Amino acid sequence: MNTFFTAFFDNLPQVLSGLGVTAEATVLGAVIAFALSFVLGLMAGHRNIVVRGVSRTVVEFFRGTSLYVQLFWLYYALPLLTGYQLSALFCGVVAFALNFGAYGSEVVRGGINAVPRAQWEAAVALNLSPYQRMRRVILPQALAQMIPPFTNLLIQLLKATPLLWLISAADLMTVIQQLRDRTGESLIAYVTLLVCYFIIAYILTLLMNLLERSAKARLGQYTGTRGLFRTRSAAGAETVPVVPTGGAS
Amino acid sequence: MATDPLHKTTAESTAGAGRPAGTVPHQKSGTPIVHFDQVEKRYGDHLVLDKLDFEVKRGEHVTLIGPSGSGKTTILRLLMTLERLSGGVIWVDGEPLSHTRKPDGSLRAATEKELRESRRKIGMVFQQFNLFPNMNVLRNITEAPITVLGVERAEAESRARELLELVGLGDKVNAHPTQLSGGQQQRVAIARALAMRPEILLLDEVTSALDPELVAGVLDLLRQIAHDTDITMLCVTHEMNFARDVSDQVLMFDSGRIVEQGTPEKIFTDPEHKRTREFLNAVL
Amino acid sequence: MSGAKFDWSAAGEVLPMLLRGFEITLLATVLGFLVGAVLGLLIAIARRAPTRFVTAPVRGLMEFIRSTPLLVQLVGAATVFSSVDPLVIGIIVLGIHYATYTSEVYRAGIDGVPKGQWEASRALSLSPVRTWRAVVLPQAVRNVLPALGNYAISMFKETPFLAVITVQEMVFEARKYGADHFAYTEAFTLAGLIFLVASYPTSLLMRKLEKRLGH
Repeated sequence: MNTFFTAFFDNLPQVLSGLGVTAEATVLGAVIAFALSFVLGLMAGHRNIVVRGVSRTVVEFFRGTSLYVQLFWLYYALPLLTGYQLSALFCGVVAFALNFGAYGSEVVRGGINAVPRAQWEAAVALNLSPYQRMRRVILPQALAQMIPPFTNLLIQLLKATPLLWLISAADLMTVIQQLRDRTGESLIAYVTLLVCYFIIAYILTLLMNLLERSAKARLGQYTGTRGLFRTRSAAGAETVPVVPTGGAS
Repeated sequence: MATDPLHKTTAESTAGAGRPAGTVPHQKSGTPIVHFDQVEKRYGDHLVLDKLDFEVKRGEHVTLIGPSGSGKTTILRLLMTLERLSGGVIWVDGEPLSHTRKPDGSLRAATEKELRESRRKIGMVFQQFNLFPNMNVLRNITEAPITVLGVERAEAESRARELLELVGLGDKVNAHPTQLSGGQQQRVAIARALAMRPEILLLDEVTSALDPELVAGVLDLLRQIAHDTDITMLCVTHEMNFARDVSDQVLMFDSGRIVEQGTPEKIFTDPEHKRTREFLNAVL
Repeated sequence: MSGAKFDWSAAGEVLPMLLRGFEITLLATVLGFLVGAVLGLLIAIARRAPTRFVTAPVRGLMEFIRSTPLLVQLVGAATVFSSVDPLVIGIIVLGIHYATYTSEVYRAGIDGVPKGQWEASRALSLSPVRTWRAVVLPQAVRNVLPALGNYAISMFKETPFLAVITVQEMVFEARKYGADHFAYTEAFTLAGLIFLVASYPTSLLMRKLEKRLGH
């Protein structure tokens, strides 16, 4: 067998631990980013202009300053200011959460705006409070529309995790590069690494498609099994596809 | 009779029952439940309602007719507080609908919380049904009674089932809105509005989005509700026969003003105003 | 320098270095995006090829490239082709990565041209080349411009990845200065602000363009 793969399987525990770090950063980052998306996204639709302004500022700041710089700032600059060093993985999770939370807030905002105006009005006519309207009527419908753009962001987040290598967290990229250094098999090492990420991305996409299908079924929209295996439509974080506005019910 | 969900009390129900069409029972007299007082609505430069004045008595069935764009639907939307007034006051049961009295007696725009208080008496059925697609039929009907009125779930559900029986959909309790025809969806929407026990029911072109063969069924249901209950009804419709059957009062609108008002007999058989005659000739 | 202070003199010192690096950042963005925009168009046209023997592999490769990290692609390419100038590698890899995005933009843009336009072209017996050049592409461009612009901004903010393969762009300079003078705070704060100052007005412009073109 090829020397790289020999090394790969001999060091499987390390590879798996690297995979674990990547998975941990992806999942933790995504969960916090998801929560932040809703906080910032709901703030963006608030009646109070100050609340809207805060949301807008935070979103534009974290979208505009480049994830890479944010991560380095947290890892290198913040300790100099505070005298307190955060762990590399923690820095990664925080940076991913803030950056993708900012992008995610646009997804939330778009999803809410895509729920037909008539649904709000029906909720008003039944005298639901603003909170009840959002919680019981609008969000459950908006959520289904948000899943595809959220899937895109999730994959973008996964693709950002190799940045951890640069701040020396022992993620998948770090481990595979160590094996490359030991064996000198550059091409095979990097192709293997890419394939690993591809597989993870595909699994995540599949899970999100399942989620979307059940969310749509709850809204009475039935999708065939074919849609499950479809891949994402291409989208960078910048251009989260705008959800088309649905017609009246 | 006791299980009839429309009736609040047996006594009330007998009072209006069996009255000859077109006559006004004595309970409809008295103070107006709805009073439009110099109401104005404009979108930018466009004047939709022009210093509008009219009254609706308790239990009265009022039909609003007129060409599209004449402001009929806007009146219902203002009453449901879906739109803000540009001027004037709407009084419901002697209280300002979308205003609040200040200590010195003058009025200011109501807050959301105060608007919620105003909306309690009013229910609305929409042209496009607007059922909630994230809930099945039963939950569409029980959601608001439970979360807004604080009704027990079991009680809300049993009343919802009764209402579904009434609208002829007793077997669709667990169906999803998308599995229903337009006519069925509109019946559910009517049941949903009734579940909140409104004193005033607003019907906004409720049959306009239906396939022709489904219209009659929904209108029959509304006739029955109009006949059997004491709910005050304001109805925007293009169904002139229906308007003739159920109304106590017909308001003919044109360009944001009432050009003529009166009993259906008067309006439909002997209209005074030229615009009314033209309109009726066009639609009948 | 254990202080919790922002050192203005260090900031003044690093700023010219950052701006010099910024020139490389801009160069990489512009050239990388050109590669991405042109290659993306070729991919979009290839994906309309009549045979699956062309469309299936193109699709598969695209899927692979856009589902895998740009950083790994960059480092991998720079390691495997170690004799090539890192800036050239960076521009090509950025371009290929973003071509997978832009090709989708074109595809949507082309699909957005009404079917009647194709039929009308056929009715006028325009040649296929003429149909594409005179009828379809001019209309598609209007559909795609704002989306392309957004990807350009996106790419701009990913150029710091080039620092990893020793391209001396802005963040490379920031890291270098930060390490040499132990002044990361000033270097990275300024670098972040420069990104913000450059990208925010551009994204506002794109939003305006999007509205103007009627979406």
